[in-house]
Amino acid sequence: LCAAADIQKDLGEMVKKDKVVVFMKGTPAQPMCGFSNAVVQILRMHGVDDYAAYNVLEDQDLRQGVKVFSNWPTIPQVYFNGEFLGGCDILLQMHQNGDLVEELKKLGIKS
Amino acid sequence: MVVSAEHIKDKLTKELGATHVDVEDTSSNRCAASFKVLVVSPQFEGKQLLQRHRMVNTCLAEELKEIHAFEQKTLTPEQWEKQKSQ
Repeated sequence: LCAAADIQKDLGEMVKKDKVVVFMKGTPAQPMCGFSNAVVQILRMHGVDDYAAYNVLEDQDLRQGVKVFSNWPTIPQVYFNGEFLGGCDILLQMHQNGDLVEELKKLGIKS
Repeated sequence: MVVSAEHIKDKLTKELGATHVDVEDTSSNRCAASFKVLVVSPQFEGKQLLQRHRMVNTCLAEELKEIHAFEQKTLTPEQWEKQKSQ
């Protein structure tokens, strides 16, 4: 129980430490799931290269903890400025309707 | 619990007042139960994408524990009509 509380606190800090934070299966260089790969590709298309990516496959506590933290049942998960943005479907739709460019602008990232 | 496309469709129709639901069972492409859904509901009106997806996730919270991969698209009836005519 103590470990679970710790990871929630850690996650609060992890999502705020970098402007763009992704929890995914695998790494940006080697995604281990199509959905995680889609997120990596979308970010790349918008010229977002500098972001924090955490591999949930390497840490089961992190994998379960992040689902509780965001109240979101699936991986990948994307955070902008410490705020939960969504999973793969949401990022894809924001990419398609232009909202992603606007959100990145708010972060000072020009895509 | 074994989750079926029919079960997902029934639940979304009942609990989210969906006027149209497409459920595609994509399990054959993956290693475990996987689904792709399109949900059209007037309850999505005035709600952000994230809120809409949260509504679907909440509705299917029990089922999602058994599901390996889940894709969703959420539209209002108006958006759905527009998309159909394109």
